Amino acid sequence: MSRVHIDWTACDGRGLCAELLPELLAEDEWGYPVARGDMNVPPALEPAARQAVDRCPALALKLVSARSA
Amino acid sequence: MTSVAEAPPGSSVHLRLLADPAGSRLDTHLSQHGRLPVPDASQVIGMARDAGLTGRGGAGFPLWRKLTAVAATRRPAVVIANGAEGEPASGKDKALLSYAPNLVLDGLQLIAAGAGSAVLYAPAAAHPALRQLIDQRRAAGLDRVPVRLVAAPDAFVSGEESAVASAVAGRDAVPADKLVRITDSGPDGSPTLVQNVETLAHLAMIARYGPGWFRTAGTYDEPGTFLATISGAVASPGVVEAGYGVALGDLIAAAGGATTPLSAVLVGGYHGGWVPADPALGVSRAALTPYGGSPGAGVIMALPAGSCGLIETARIAGYLAGQVAGQCGPCVNGLPTLANTLTDLANRRARPGLPAEVERLTRLVTGRGACRHPDGTARLITSAMRLFHADVDAHLAGRCLSEGSYR
Ligand SMILES: Cc1cc2nc3c(=O)[nH]c(=O)nc-3n(C[C@H](O)[C@H](O)[C@H](O)COP(=O)(O)O)c2cc1C
Ligand code: SF4
Ligand code: SF4
Repeated sequence: MSRVHIDWTACDGRGLCAELLPELLAEDEWGYPVARGDMNVPPALEPAARQAVDRCPALALKLVSARSA
Repeated sequence: MTSVAEAPPGSSVHLRLLADPAGSRLDTHLSQHGRLPVPDASQVIGMARDAGLTGRGGAGFPLWRKLTAVAATRRPAVVIANGAEGEPASGKDKALLSYAPNLVLDGLQLIAAGAGSAVLYAPAAAHPALRQLIDQRRAAGLDRVPVRLVAAPDAFVSGEESAVASAVAGRDAVPADKLVRITDSGPDGSPTLVQNVETLAHLAMIARYGPGWFRTAGTYDEPGTFLATISGAVASPGVVEAGYGVALGDLIAAAGGATTPLSAVLVGGYHGGWVPADPALGVSRAALTPYGGSPGAGVIMALPAGSCGLIETARIAGYLAGQVAGQCGPCVNGLPTLANTLTDLANRRARPGLPAEVERLTRLVTGRGACRHPDGTARLITSAMRLFHADVDAHLAGRCLSEGSYR
């Protein structure tokens, strides 16, 4: 399984990812993504997660193997 | 803050790094401890593991595991002694660098076996004396790997390990994303090892006197001594050395004793936790975990009974919120909001749901930054809300239990 990683130094908080991946991400009061759970991506959500990664304007999102911390 | 306390008779304070410190005198250092043995990298890993030496910079991570990770890359590493000590309540690294800098430089050579370069990262004010000593050691043929001095800016986060690596690579001393571990690949692509200066000084002692000797201080699970910086309501604030598990009362006695009854003690620094002023409480991870604390980098701040723990915590939270490195949205926005909310509570600008709002914000910022600054700040505040719960209730009712001291 893969996991979503957010590079907080890059994220500029327009919340696009929370729109594309509402099952995993919500938006906080400042527009930054908040994990709903542990950020692990169930297989069914892989395509949506990939799309969120590709569309992130700040290149702040990555899909990584769930093992790497 | 760099005075070194003498151990009072009968106390369990235990001077090792700070026993008859040689200062920057190389001859005194050598006559006291002799020349440093020259173990290879795998022997260094073995002695660090056998000794159970953990990092003294705050996180308490086993040194041998980081050494192993770096060795596994099979590439020349950048090794860095971290003497930044950005924490305002801490003075032990500064004391160590002035009382026993040779031990730090010895330890740096030990972890530099096979390394590409070795760096001592320390505040610029310490550089002239350190540079002289580094040159002297080099001329005496003591240091096989040349040591470069890099200036640590005076900021709370400048000592965070990825900030250290960044500064050493010639960039700003701000933390970086942790997806790639710096022990695998630092800012310039080399495996990078950052160790607190005190960790290295202990390693230098272990190389000479052995892991068994090291373990004769401290507890079975948390061996060795640590440097504590003791401040607040004590007669002689300063740096004390003791084995892990030392009673809080003994540490405070070594700093001249409390000047007034104490209401609480902050252990572990601005990222640490408030614990009751119980003289029998052991200063070890095992004894402090129930309070959400740990010895951290050895900061002990004694809060006098006449002071309000909420006001003190709000002051520290305000400072920490001002030290965010301006990079990560949840930290940049969340820490000031958290500090302001806590300040409202401290100043008895009560409104319904204030404690719940503090708790929500601590959870909201935790784990959401490139470094652990938000996590540490949240931990401190959570411990305050728990230990000072009677004060919280009083403040919500418009009163303060330490009324008279604050108006
Ligand atoms: C915000 C922040 C500030 C830190 N400042 C320091 C510091 O000034 N000195 C230090 O040795 N470690 C500091 N640390 C811990 C380092 O990141 C790192 O864990 C440590 O230098 C590793 O050395 P050690 O394992 O020998 O303790 C800080 C960590 C954080 C999150
Ligand atoms: S899409 Fe990228 S930049 Fe925008 S909020 Fe999500 S992670 Fe941050
Ligand atoms: S979490 Fe805060 S202090 Fe740490 S790098 Fe990000 S903004 Fe800076």
